[in-house]
Amino acid sequence: MTPRHPSTPPVASRRTVLALGSGALASLVVRPAAATPEALQAAIADFTKGATAQPGRVRLDIPLLVENGNAVPLTVRVDSPMTAQDHVRRIAVFNEKNPLPNVAVFHLSPRSGRAQVSTRIRLGDSQIIVAVAELSDGSLWSAQAELIVTLPSCAEN
Amino acid sequence: MARPLVNVPARARPGEIIEIKALIAHPMETGFRTGPDGALVPRDIIHRFLCTWNGQEVFSADLFPAISANPYLAFTALATQSGTITFRWIDDQGGAQVHSVEITVA
Repeated sequence: MTPRHPSTPPVASRRTVLALGSGALASLVVRPAAATPEALQAAIADFTKGATAQPGRVRLDIPLLVENGNAVPLTVRVDSPMTAQDHVRRIAVFNEKNPLPNVAVFHLSPRSGRAQVSTRIRLGDSQIIVAVAELSDGSLWSAQAELIVTLPSCAEN
Repeated sequence: MARPLVNVPARARPGEIIEIKALIAHPMETGFRTGPDGALVPRDIIHRFLCTWNGQEVFSADLFPAISANPYLAFTALATQSGTITFRWIDDQGGAQVHSVEITVA
C-alpha cells in the first residue's frame, strides 16, 4: 500500500471543475436580496421596540389579487377619535418578501383629523402585508393581509 | 425634481376635515435593479415627505423603496385657520421640492 504524499495538493478533476463552474453560474442568477419572515418580524420589533401589537382597530384596504405589482393601491385606516388625548401617532406598513421589509412609516397628529392614509406600493411577490399603528397612549394595534401578485414589480424587464 | 400635483380644497369650514392628495413625478429608483451594463443602478428615492399648515406639521411620512414610482399620498387634515399649506419632498440627493397652496377657512 502506498500512502498518499501529505503535501500533494488536491488535484481538481475535470468533473469537479465542471461542477464548480455550474455552481458559480447558479450563484450569478440568484436574486440579490429578499426579506424573509424573520426580517419582517425584526422590522416590526424595531418599530414597536420589542412590544407585541395586538390585532384590531387597524384596517388595511388592499386588493387581494394584484395584477401589476408596480403600483398597488393601499389604504390604512385606524379606528381612533384623533383628539389631543387619544390619537394615532404613527402607522407603519411592512411586507414579507420585497428586498426590504419596510414599506412606509406615516406620522400623524390630532391635526390630521382622521387616521387614514392612502398610497401606492410595489410588491415583488405574492406575500403578506402588515400594518402596525402606535397610539398616543403607547398601545400597538395591527392588521395583516395576504395577497397574490400575478406580475411582480421585480420582473419588469 | 419635477413639478408636483397637489389637490387641496380652496375653502373649508373651521373644524372640517379636508382630504389632501399629493403626487410628484419621481422614478423612485430602488437600488436593487441592474442597468443595461449589468451593474446595480444606484438608489434614488424620495425618503421623506412633510406637510405643514402655517408651519405646524400636519402629516409626514418616511418612504422606502417599496413605494411606487411617482409617489402618491392621500391623507386628511383638520381645518383650523386660513393660511398656507406647504408640502416638502426630500430625496436621496438631499434635494427638496417645496410646493405651497393657500386655503381659506371661514
